[in-house]
Amino acid sequence: MSDLLSIIQETGNPDPVYLGKILDRSPEDVEKELTFLKDEGVLMGWVPLINPSKGEGGEVKSVIEVKISPEREGGFNRLAHRISKFEEVEDCHLMSGAYDLLVIVKGKDLHAVATFVSERLATIDGVLSTATHFLLRSYKEHGHLLNREGENPEKPAVSA
Amino acid sequence: MNPQDYIAKHVSGLPRSGIRDFFAIVSEMPQAISLGIGEPDFITPWKIRESSIFALEKGKTSYTDNRGLLSLRKEISAYVEKHFGPAYDPGNEILVTVGVSEAIDIALRALINPGDKVMYHEPCYVSYAPSISLAFGEAIPVATSPDYSFALDPDAFERAWEPGCKVLMLNFPTNPTGGTANREKLEKLAKFAVEKDLIVISDEIYAELTYEGEHLSIASFPGMQDRTIFLHGFSKAFAMTGFRVGFACGPDWLIDAMMKIHQYCMMCAPILSQEAAIEALRNGIEDVLRMRDQYSKRRDFVVRRFNEMGLDCHLPRGSFYAFPSVSPSTRLDEVEFCHRLLRESEVAVVPGTAFGPHGKGHVRASFSTSYEKLVEATSRMEKFVDQVRAENQSVPAAG
Repeated sequence: MSDLLSIIQETGNPDPVYLGKILDRSPEDVEKELTFLKDEGVLMGWVPLINPSKGEGGEVKSVIEVKISPEREGGFNRLAHRISKFEEVEDCHLMSGAYDLLVIVKGKDLHAVATFVSERLATIDGVLSTATHFLLRSYKEHGHLLNREGENPEKPAVSA
Repeated sequence: MNPQDYIAKHVSGLPRSGIRDFFAIVSEMPQAISLGIGEPDFITPWKIRESSIFALEKGKTSYTDNRGLLSLRKEISAYVEKHFGPAYDPGNEILVTVGVSEAIDIALRALINPGDKVMYHEPCYVSYAPSISLAFGEAIPVATSPDYSFALDPDAFERAWEPGCKVLMLNFPTNPTGGTANREKLEKLAKFAVEKDLIVISDEIYAELTYEGEHLSIASFPGMQDRTIFLHGFSKAFAMTGFRVGFACGPDWLIDAMMKIHQYCMMCAPILSQEAAIEALRNGIEDVLRMRDQYSKRRDFVVRRFNEMGLDCHLPRGSFYAFPSVSPSTRLDEVEFCHRLLRESEVAVVPGTAFGPHGKGHVRASFSTSYEKLVEATSRMEKFVDQVRAENQSVPAAG
């Protein structure tokens, strides 16, 4: 991974001036690389990491195991792409094992998720079955612990 | 009742640590950004913490062998041989201590008769001179020079030698300067130690945090293993400061002498920390390399920023400290610089003289902290330095 990407991942700050200062490069130069990385589809964007238990959303998330029929040309791809396009779907992954797709669905409440699954997802031609698990609490997302580990108010501010 | 009449003279005569004085001020300014912390910003890797929890769950709450768990000493023996060269017998040549600090204390107490002289390079870790005094030894500090990035200078030791010198203390990479020691200099120093019949105490706590070249231990040079106490620990490389566990390796007669003191004053290092240390040595090296990579990038950033703002700063080749020179460009001595920087810009760095008089004109800034803090702290420092220079231009220098 390039230095630029690793520092963006660490700091979460995409400001070219800030990044240029760290990397000893001009903001224009950083901007140019960012544009290149976006054009190449390497850097897809950045999203804020919000602790769901402290956010304002009150949203419901579910993890859905979906079995689908593979197709003669393209295997699982066409159906996976189709399912991914619903805005309710946050993540969609092809899996090995007892089911084919792991789909994470977000809704404003339990009823909204249930409606999506029963009326939209399960009714797609080629979807054989769904098993829905509602997410109760998150402890780690995108590699970040959601409780503030390591903050120690008694750690001395100056030490030898 | 005069309390001073009751305190032992060699204790009441000890100077207060410059760090403690500064700590008292910084503690009242929780909003300040501190680059004054002498420990990793990383939390101990989870696998190491988890092994300590597991040991607790299994009821491992007892004393251990005074020398430390044999399983840990075996791991230490293998680790030291693999990474540093010398082979030590886990049975009688390794002692697990409560951090390297304890090991330094008991090594000196085991070796020093009143008046024996101990040579060490300076600037250096804050405990060296007091530990020598507490062992009733005489401290012979030998300056390392900013002109040579505070690297080991064997010629300076040869010049400083005088009759009565018994011990040579080394700490490379060095806290606070990041100075290191190369093969040629170590070879020369090793010959000097043999010629003058010196015992070497080599504190290599920052060894894994060497960024350029390979770290070499003086114990690996011909004739040195028999006269060297090799000290190392888990605090810095493995980010385990709070576990308080280190170790000493050396010839059995020296380890035996240290054991005599250790068994009466410390008994043993905490068992849960020893269990964590085993996991660190078995499975922690990848975490060490990851942290070293992060420190290295932060070092490059901080050193560049100091030089950009006109604070002459050599590239520390090891440890996680930068040691810029502040006095020539600001006309402030290091203590005044630190106090004003803290009060006016809310950034804490440590005066170089906290690490001995040869740290004059310098400050120690730790780069073991997040980019966010480093970027902000160096921006504030730059403004502060510009402001001090502007004041200086309006008031010509005296003389």
